[in-house]
Amino acid sequence: MVGRLVFDFFVFPGLFFTLGVGILASWLVRKVSALVQWRVGPPLLQPAYDIAKLFGKENIIPKGSSEWGFLIVPLLGPIGLLLASIILVKANYLATAFIGDVIVVLYLLVLPALAVVLGGMSSGNPLSSLGANRELRLIAAYELPLILAVTTAIVKTGGGLRLAIFSSQWVAASFSGAFAFIAALLCIQAELGFIPFDISEAETEIMGGPLIEYSGPLLGLFKISHLMALLVLPLFLITVFLGGFSTGWGALWGAIKYVLVLVVLILIKNTNPRLRSDQALKFFWYGAAPLGLIALVLAVVGNLIGIAWL
Amino acid sequence: MTWTSWGISKSPWLYHVSTGSCNNCDIEVVDCLTPKFDVERFGGKLVGSPRHADVLMATGSMTRKSKPRFKRVLDAAAKPFIVAAVGTCASSEGIFHDAYNCVGPVRKVTKDVDEEILVVNIPGCPPRPEAIIEGLVNGLQKLKEVQQ
Repeated sequence: MVGRLVFDFFVFPGLFFTLGVGILASWLVRKVSALVQWRVGPPLLQPAYDIAKLFGKENIIPKGSSEWGFLIVPLLGPIGLLLASIILVKANYLATAFIGDVIVVLYLLVLPALAVVLGGMSSGNPLSSLGANRELRLIAAYELPLILAVTTAIVKTGGGLRLAIFSSQWVAASFSGAFAFIAALLCIQAELGFIPFDISEAETEIMGGPLIEYSGPLLGLFKISHLMALLVLPLFLITVFLGGFSTGWGALWGAIKYVLVLVVLILIKNTNPRLRSDQALKFFWYGAAPLGLIALVLAVVGNLIGIAWL
Repeated sequence: MTWTSWGISKSPWLYHVSTGSCNNCDIEVVDCLTPKFDVERFGGKLVGSPRHADVLMATGSMTRKSKPRFKRVLDAAAKPFIVAAVGTCASSEGIFHDAYNCVGPVRKVTKDVDEEILVVNIPGCPPRPEAIIEGLVNGLQKLKEVQQ
């Protein structure tokens, strides 16, 4: 039992698997971006080099920061995403699920963004607290449409709050499901901090934002958190909307869906300029949230009068 | 080879410090990022904060005004890092030798802060992007040897 738990946490759906796939996904992001810009791009192990280098560097705690907060906060992101990844992967291939696991995952997915906010606030740099402020505003913007979209999927699948129920069917193969999928895809784009929603990092403007004072291993932890998010967030999307994956050939099919979703996110990233904070808020509240609401209404109406494709 | 020095030579994150340059070398530094030269092949990328940097690219002849600022950047950067003196002015002061407003090449200032900071001189007015990339790669190789 204990051996099984250790295996779960550290090897297969846990640390080793999440980091490994995260490194490949991060390389894919940089390589596809490079190809779009007609460049060659980095070698395959580039994210691993970056992380190894960061863990070998000096760790500076800036004067005027809140030290304990500054040191502890970077751990929040990897821990939250690790738990989310274990729940998601096991719900897919073993169909083990508990009632309300989709809500737990939604909560866990906020942790990395929250870690960025707290880290920025505790480092005592005006630019980083500005970045933290922006990140908080972005969370307020994208959470509403994301929850509306997931609620649509819950209504569509008959009210069962279990991930295993979503992963056994294609929610996106209906009008309400397709609308909800588009809204959720945009929210995931913001949650990953990809352009056009990289408002909080904004390297040309506030120089890395909340992470500006972080160096060495602590910055490495934030990078690890981002690597894991590259696996977990698209996985959440395909589990809820695109039928997830199963064992055997199903795993390969799942991997193809994962890569396709990731490539769509990267292409959106590479073909858009950065939005301002107020523009992002308007986009999510007046654009994506009504889309999610329409999807929810369609799903409820479809359930009431019994039309499956609505 | 230890695991910490495994990554250092393959992931140079560049931070660009202008120490009073005429903007010519700055443009050549940006050229390294363009599709033709693509410094990301070697893992390089521009970062906004000296805390993240592995290579401080200093361009310019180190004017009196920029010296204290450059020292603060050196203090802020996380060790280990190297300093790349890009251009003739930064390497040896060039035509600004003995000028009243310049206080010597980059290496002289880094010696004041710490004797052991590695400085790579990349001469040229401006140096070609190929020369800058070669300087970076050689400098990081040297840093890796020092680490071991």
